[in-house]
Amino acid sequence: MPLARKKSRNYLPLVLLMLALFPIFGSSYYNELIGKIMIMAIFAMSLDLLVGFTGLVSFGHAAFFGVAAYSVVLLSPKYDPGNLLLVLPGAVLTGAAVAFVVGLFVLRTKGIYFIMVTLAFAQMIYFVFHDTPLGGGSDGAFLNVKPELRIGEKVLLDLNEPMQFYYIVLVLLVVAYVFLRVLLRSPLGHALAGIRSNEHRMLSLGFPVFLYKLAGFVTAGGLAGLAGFLSACQYGFVTPEILSWHQSGNVLLMVILGGMGTLNGAAIGAFAFVVLQEVFSALTKHWQLLMGVVIVTVVMVLPGGLSSLPQRLKGLLIGGGNRNG
Amino acid sequence: MDFSTFLIQLLNSFQYGLLLFLVASGLTLIFGIMGIINLAHGSFYMMGAYMAFSLTALSGNLLVAIVVGVALSVLIGFLLEWALFSRLYKRDHLDQVLLTYGLILIFEELRSLLVGDDVHGVPIPELLSASIQLSETLSYPVYRLFMSAVCILLAIVMYWLIRHTRLGMMIRAGSSNREMVQALGINIDLIYRIVFGLGVTLAAFAGMLAAPVSSVYPGMGNQVLIICFVVVVIGGVGSVWGALVAALLIGLADTFGKVIAPDYAGLAVYVLMAAVLLWRPEGIFRRI
Repeated sequence: MPLARKKSRNYLPLVLLMLALFPIFGSSYYNELIGKIMIMAIFAMSLDLLVGFTGLVSFGHAAFFGVAAYSVVLLSPKYDPGNLLLVLPGAVLTGAAVAFVVGLFVLRTKGIYFIMVTLAFAQMIYFVFHDTPLGGGSDGAFLNVKPELRIGEKVLLDLNEPMQFYYIVLVLLVVAYVFLRVLLRSPLGHALAGIRSNEHRMLSLGFPVFLYKLAGFVTAGGLAGLAGFLSACQYGFVTPEILSWHQSGNVLLMVILGGMGTLNGAAIGAFAFVVLQEVFSALTKHWQLLMGVVIVTVVMVLPGGLSSLPQRLKGLLIGGGNRNG
Repeated sequence: MDFSTFLIQLLNSFQYGLLLFLVASGLTLIFGIMGIINLAHGSFYMMGAYMAFSLTALSGNLLVAIVVGVALSVLIGFLLEWALFSRLYKRDHLDQVLLTYGLILIFEELRSLLVGDDVHGVPIPELLSASIQLSETLSYPVYRLFMSAVCILLAIVMYWLIRHTRLGMMIRAGSSNREMVQALGINIDLIYRIVFGLGVTLAAFAGMLAAPVSSVYPGMGNQVLIICFVVVVIGGVGSVWGALVAALLIGLADTFGKVIAPDYAGLAVYVLMAAVLLWRPEGIFRRI
């Protein structure tokens, strides 16, 4: 495992360079697709903090993503661009605040309960937006004009411009990645890793486990909020579907598909998922059938996710034997 | 609210709760005994409802449809357990979540391919289509009473099966110590297969029973699944008795929520869950 991690880290500058140069060659369709992948990568990494690094399998992560996306629409004026300095922190804080309240309840449970309770709470929030006029009910709401960064009369950044939007997403992806890497090396990150490997031991050592978990949960909610903000800005509208449990399932899928607990894996999973979705839905309107078959196959034959594929192939070629049954 | 309206709502909540219990008991049994979290459980409910629709259309008789449907469900349960779930017992919950999530997508699309995406109705059998007059304007359909009666009967049969039969004894033993049961010469793999088949069949049967009153529509399984999770969380994982109490509570909260605050009715159930989580994070009842 350490070998693989070191290796994939060396590719990072290359990947970054490719992402930065991509819009020069790509058409607007592909720019948008890569933009979507990067947004989903932020979303998946935020969940990886919980699933991979803390051992909390949340099946309701779309709630924070969706609530933040809604907050963008609610915080923006109807026919004028919103202020980026207000809307962006607003969305992140919304995601974090909702995660705080939900966390107070769900973190009282463990294991299988946690999976079910996070799903149920996310569904509750889904119903709030689906059934009440708060966010336009089941039709959703439009973000007519996307936010911009304006100082005096001068517009510094305008999210309505696709190119600017692309690079803002890229920068925020890097910021989120670096933030998580730093966080994981901080005392909080080490405490979360300790909780993951043995919660009782951490408790006996006197760590306020609940508070640490809550801190992790709120951080993940805030980062999911960042992704939700970007997603709302990319599409210009929000519907209750972005809060649905399919969204929660898909992001969990990205994390596991890519290999959890590696951050890079979450990004790879986001890439694989969005590309698969794109390819399958071009083939047939029943694309979820193909997706389902892929998921079942991965679980049955590839328990470590896609990022374990190179090692497995190597094991097959060099070692010859397949160890797992 | 006058007395007959109240009575009707009470009967409705009772019937809804009992139906939920049928689905949730399968979910909680499969988890409690086999340690498998099954997101696709709602899909079996959906399958049952669609089987009731297609088979009734073919045979013209709901009873025939149910008999054939139950046989098919048992078969589907055995096949799934043999092909997929039996390989997941030693794996992490995460793999189970992922696998069953994939299965939901597959079942949902197969449903779309085979039957389409329209909403269908299933006729109530003539024998049970009457209504009981409660007051001059209000009446209560016999079929709903019949549903409740069948659910109660099944609950009693399940209680008897788990508590008072040899099979139930082996199931209970298997849930507490798999290796020991195996060492005593009991075929634990077969027991697991039976439990899984039973769970699938309970969910599918609930779907068949509900089809005439709820109609048959895409996504019906997912809705039931999430409410069943709430049932299991409130009742306590693995507790059949807890599932019964929780399902009845949820039936009450949902039905009377709709009467008292129609706009926020969808939330009543979750508020109940949040309250129980604060009070008892592991559910009201812990084990069977």
